[in-house]
Amino acid sequence: MNEIPRIDLRGLGREELLELYRRMERARQFEEKLYYLFLTGIMPGTMHQATGQEAVAVGVCTALEEGDTITSTHRGHAHCIAKGVPVRDMMCEMFAKRGGSCRGMGGSMHLTDFDRGMLGAFGIVGAGIPIATGAALSAKVRKSGQVSIAFFGDGAINEGVFHESLNMAGLWKLPVVYVCENNHYALSMTNERSSAVPEAYRRSAGYGIPSKRVDGNDVVAVLSETRGAVDRARRGDGPFLLECLTYRIRGHARFEPGDYRDDAEVERWKKKDPIQRLRLSVVDAGLASEPDLDAIRHQEAAEIDEAVEYAKQDRDVQSADYRELIFKEPLS
Amino acid sequence: MREMTMAAAIREAMQQEMERDPSVILLGEDVGLHGGAFHLSHGFVEKFGSERVIDTPISEAGCTGVGIGAALTGLRPIVEFQYMDFMFCAMDQIANQAAKIRLMCGGRTSVPLVIRGPQGATGRGAQHSQSLDAYFMHTPGLKVAAPSTPYDAKGLLISAIRDPDPVVFLEHKLLYGSASPGGGSALSDESMQPLGTDVPEEPYAIPLGSADVKREGSDVTIVATMLMVHKALAAAALLAEQGISAEVVDPRSLVPLDTAALTASVKKTRRAVVVSEDCRTCGVTAEIAAVIAREAFDYLDAPVERVAAADSPIPFAPACERDVIPQVESITAAVTRAMDM
Repeated sequence: MNEIPRIDLRGLGREELLELYRRMERARQFEEKLYYLFLTGIMPGTMHQATGQEAVAVGVCTALEEGDTITSTHRGHAHCIAKGVPVRDMMCEMFAKRGGSCRGMGGSMHLTDFDRGMLGAFGIVGAGIPIATGAALSAKVRKSGQVSIAFFGDGAINEGVFHESLNMAGLWKLPVVYVCENNHYALSMTNERSSAVPEAYRRSAGYGIPSKRVDGNDVVAVLSETRGAVDRARRGDGPFLLECLTYRIRGHARFEPGDYRDDAEVERWKKKDPIQRLRLSVVDAGLASEPDLDAIRHQEAAEIDEAVEYAKQDRDVQSADYRELIFKEPLS
Repeated sequence: MREMTMAAAIREAMQQEMERDPSVILLGEDVGLHGGAFHLSHGFVEKFGSERVIDTPISEAGCTGVGIGAALTGLRPIVEFQYMDFMFCAMDQIANQAAKIRLMCGGRTSVPLVIRGPQGATGRGAQHSQSLDAYFMHTPGLKVAAPSTPYDAKGLLISAIRDPDPVVFLEHKLLYGSASPGGGSALSDESMQPLGTDVPEEPYAIPLGSADVKREGSDVTIVATMLMVHKALAAAALLAEQGISAEVVDPRSLVPLDTAALTASVKKTRRAVVVSEDCRTCGVTAEIAAVIAREAFDYLDAPVERVAAADSPIPFAPACERDVIPQVESITAAVTRAMDM
């Protein structure tokens, strides 16, 4: 009864699987370190952890080509890591240092890296959805062959821009994949309490957009479904909505423990931890040993420790630094 | 002299920029097949194709977000609104996204986006009449252009399209038909005359942040924007008959604001009247009056006068609309108060 559900590795090779594992560990270790740093009081600001949701970010982004773009949300650390943003840049940003990916001006909720196709994390629920749709329109106009991904949570499906965007994307057959990261709670509100039709994947039918619901804690399934959707979009066959069922193990934000949830429910989802599931499945298949996987975990943890030390030593943002960044040519 | 309405000047600026730069696209409700609610893009879809001239659904927020996403990935979108009032629907995308993205990412990208739409009270009632200048002026990260003549409109719009940052381009419905001489004016007041501005055929850019003296004078400075420039000029003509020499200064953009030019004029005339069609409280006139009071305090012979719309939703009844909106006589009255001090 306490069995951890295994995942179907679908013929993925050892290297691919270990890379998925590595990315998920990097996201997990990064956020666990942040949590510790917040608790010890040495990190400013707030943060929203995606603990338990790493398979969505990593599965989706692994299906992308380098030039493809994503938009993210207030819960965006894992998306950045999955898209290849260096943890050192991210850690500097968290410490509000000059070497931060946004020079200390964005913080946890606005991590961005244009060189890696990370167009922005938008702290207003749903706001990134039309922006990702615009990136897809742009790709179509420029005939660049890029595909655009919009990450958003289940809370966003009741925002107007979700519907406006899906309508335009369906109408214009844009190369965009809408990824609903359904972690079951919009702060304290469950899907059932907030949505007349709680299944996000059913919402796209009204816009002529095909969709699918997938086990979001199965990184291989997420990767596989995203590949299908991305290939389809790149061929010019239009948008897709992928609903990934997952769970946020932590509370909504730094100071929010999530105590509106039943302990048994949380425990049930902890058993479906996406990292554990991949680990055990890889070991069961004889593709790697526990020590191999521990070594990866330790490497990633060490990288993050190194990033913390680097960030602590990095130059502090000066109080006037923002003034030059409001417009390209500062107003006199 | 090349005569042209403001509508034609805006159209010419968009067309020339779209010809010059393939990354410029136009998005909005009815901009394609129909040629725009005010026919500013008539024929564009035939000329540039439906991939660059895009009829959008009635989805102002979504469409503005699409413009932002396109601006982040190599295009220079112009998002047209049928009426400025509808920009409230898109305010999250304008104020929380477009305006903040550059700073939020540490200056590592640009959002070269133009948001255009007509404002002004023209007998259409409370939701098709507003002047929202101050909302945008109050949103750091946005530039705001506010032309009063066809010449200025063309040059400012070319600058706005080439600008690396988001620009809200304000247009006044009653000025669309206003022309350089002979172009047929649709101005609302008989006493107003179109300005005799030549509109060169070749593209030219007027930098944002450069005010223009529309009439020179020595006794009082009237700072006015958009339609109010024309009302101020009409007022200045009446005042001249009473021996009062009014200088009319048009900032032409609200962000950046050419405070040096405004201040220089006030230092010369020693009196200031500020006129805008947006409403009084926390409005454009409040900000400009504060700038003048601070920068030219020692030169002022009278308190800075403000002439703005009443703090009221704009009523339909023509008599009430006229009462809400600043008129020529409210400007002359304000000047008289300033002169009597």
